[in-house]
Amino acid sequence: MIGNFAEAGADLELVGISKRFPGFTAIQELDLLIPAGSFFALLGPSGCGKTTTLRLVAGLEEPTTGKILIGGKDITNIKSYRRPVNTVFQSYALFPHMTILENVAFGLRRRKIPNAIELATEVLKLVELEHAANRKPSQLSGGQQQRVALARAVVNRPALLLLDEPLGALDLKLRRQMQLELKSIQSEVGLTFVHVTHDQEEAMTMADTIAVMNKGRIEQMGSPSELYDLPQTVFVANFLGQSNLFSGKVIENNANSFTVDVSGKAVKVPTKRAQRHSGSVTVGVRPEKLDMHLNKPKDAANLNILGPGVISDVSYTGVSSTYFVDVPGIGNMTVFAQNLEESENFGAGQQVWLSWVVDHTFGLADMPEDEGKFVRDDDTTSLAALELADLIEEIEEEM
Amino acid sequence: MAFAAFSTNAAPVEAAPKKRSWIAPFLLLPGLAYLSLFFLVPLIALLLTSFQATEFGPLGKEFVYAFQWENYVQAINEYMPHIGRSFFYSITATIFALLIGYPLAYLMGVTLRDFPMWKSLVLMLVIAPFFFSFLLRALAWKQLFADSGPVVGVLNMLGLFGPGDYLNGTDFSVIFGLTYTFIPFMTLPIYTSLDRLDIRYLEAAGDLYGKPATNFWKVTIPLSMPGIVSGTLLTFIPASGDYINASNMFLGSPSTAMIGNVIESNYLITQNFPIAAALSIALMAVILVAVSIYIRRSGTEDLL
Ligand SMILES: Nc1ncnc2c1ncn2[C@@H]1O[C@H](COP(=O)(O)OP(=O)(O)O)[C@@H](O)[C@H]1O
Ligand SMILES: [Mg+2]
Repeated sequence: MIGNFAEAGADLELVGISKRFPGFTAIQELDLLIPAGSFFALLGPSGCGKTTTLRLVAGLEEPTTGKILIGGKDITNIKSYRRPVNTVFQSYALFPHMTILENVAFGLRRRKIPNAIELATEVLKLVELEHAANRKPSQLSGGQQQRVALARAVVNRPALLLLDEPLGALDLKLRRQMQLELKSIQSEVGLTFVHVTHDQEEAMTMADTIAVMNKGRIEQMGSPSELYDLPQTVFVANFLGQSNLFSGKVIENNANSFTVDVSGKAVKVPTKRAQRHSGSVTVGVRPEKLDMHLNKPKDAANLNILGPGVISDVSYTGVSSTYFVDVPGIGNMTVFAQNLEESENFGAGQQVWLSWVVDHTFGLADMPEDEGKFVRDDDTTSLAALELADLIEEIEEEM
Repeated sequence: MAFAAFSTNAAPVEAAPKKRSWIAPFLLLPGLAYLSLFFLVPLIALLLTSFQATEFGPLGKEFVYAFQWENYVQAINEYMPHIGRSFFYSITATIFALLIGYPLAYLMGVTLRDFPMWKSLVLMLVIAPFFFSFLLRALAWKQLFADSGPVVGVLNMLGLFGPGDYLNGTDFSVIFGLTYTFIPFMTLPIYTSLDRLDIRYLEAAGDLYGKPATNFWKVTIPLSMPGIVSGTLLTFIPASGDYINASNMFLGSPSTAMIGNVIESNYLITQNFPIAAALSIALMAVILVAVSIYIRRSGTEDLL
């Protein structure tokens, strides 16, 4: 595969991958299939193992268990320079002793591609840096360096391009522009992109498929709209957009829906939108799905109603406003509402009822208590986190 | 940023704003005084001596101030073979010291980076010779290379050496002595360069299809260039003027005399001060020119 530009992207398959560093497990039992030609985003908070995953694929780190296949070929034991993969490094790793042009041409020259300089210049044009071709990396700003890193990888047209937060240092306008550029490069050649980011908006706008990663595991995978519409875990519900979550016991099961008792209020959930259907469950609804009413709305079979609550805070964001409503027994709820004429009625201190269509409710597989609390095991991070939690508890008790 | 470590390689984006302050010159004063007293004054004295003329007065040989530039012609004509030999020895020794010092520095700075215990051990071994006098070490080698010593013994046993062959006082023993003396001076600057070499550059080069050998030449060597240049200069300059290794009393013989030995004997034995001074100045000039060409070519001007 090396020696030629990739004709098309290749599948990437991770089978049972785990990675343990001394005293720390960074990746646990990861199974992943990324189809050829897709734009795949790996989304997760800092430290969840995204970079480690990419390093495993690039061959810069050896997996503790499992294997990696590219285009159906097992490359687990293949050296990094023989893999049809290029990486945009989070730290850029531009060669400080070479000019920008030499940096970009490096991969082409190693593969003895004849018109390396020409191709490199072309790609520099694409990232709007052809004027800086003869400068050294240290003479560029962070954002410019990031674009060079991008150019240096993209110019090789690899079957699989790994991008480790490649747009993090760019300002908003340039980031939008580069997002479009990346998307067009990807679809034009049909390469497979694995794009790592902690920016959920970036993942949502660019990717065909998003995998949400947390503590070395993939929590959920799917298209952006699937993930947003039907999160399966508390982590996904909160990391990808915002959610109002409630926990309670299932009190009634019907054919198509079941009812959860949330502090004495009944919340109905469509059965096919829930991961669990009995016992204690957590259900939720997105803030923009909520309607606010000055008077209690009429009960209806397809409506969940909570209230009355009191608006504790309003923040105006232009297109819409964010309302925080304190509902006794349930807690703070977040509501996004468009700024229409009636908005004037909803000031802080106003008593309101909240309602939403039952079909917008989703049921999660886990409970919010799990979130943030680590299972007691030996790995150093969880021990440290437990200690911190204990300490905070202790301080709070004393106060 | 990682790039900060290599900022010597390229001009910074913006120069720091220039501040006029009397503190910097004030702090420089002791250094400047020291330099002028112990470098500038002797240098001028040496320069004046090199142009002195010899006169035979009632007290015997006397030197008077003159502008006798012929001293240089005479010195260079007479000692051309020694000058040539000096540079042959010092360049050869520099090359060997580099060939030995670089792998050693690489071992400490890169290979053993994650094993601080081993790294310190090797570092200690490199520095350890400094704990013994340089003269003692040269004498020790003289013993080892002696006709009845172990090295010649082994070579005889292997049949590589006949009855008339010897090691002490040959080109080999002098070059060996020079190489040995300057290995730490070569190794340590390269080690400091390699120690802060960011492994991520090598990972990036590998990711861009560079084979390990290619990456070594294209990334590791250029990034350790400041260390290589410092190390070769720290070896080449003193080695050119060295007169211990090549002297009769240590690893040399009359046929291996270097320019340092000639200067020594002109000063201390024949007491021909103008010629000795002229040779010193000539040696300095040649080294200065050679070094500036070298630095130009290696692209590390900012070391100057
Ligand atoms: N070489 C290493 N040795 C030990 N721990 C490591 C090493 N590399 C990464 N880790 C740990 O693995 C976890 C995941 O790191 P990383 O993949 O860089 O996270 P992300 O890119 O998602 O921010 C982090 O907690 C990090 O401290
Ligand atoms: Mg990372």
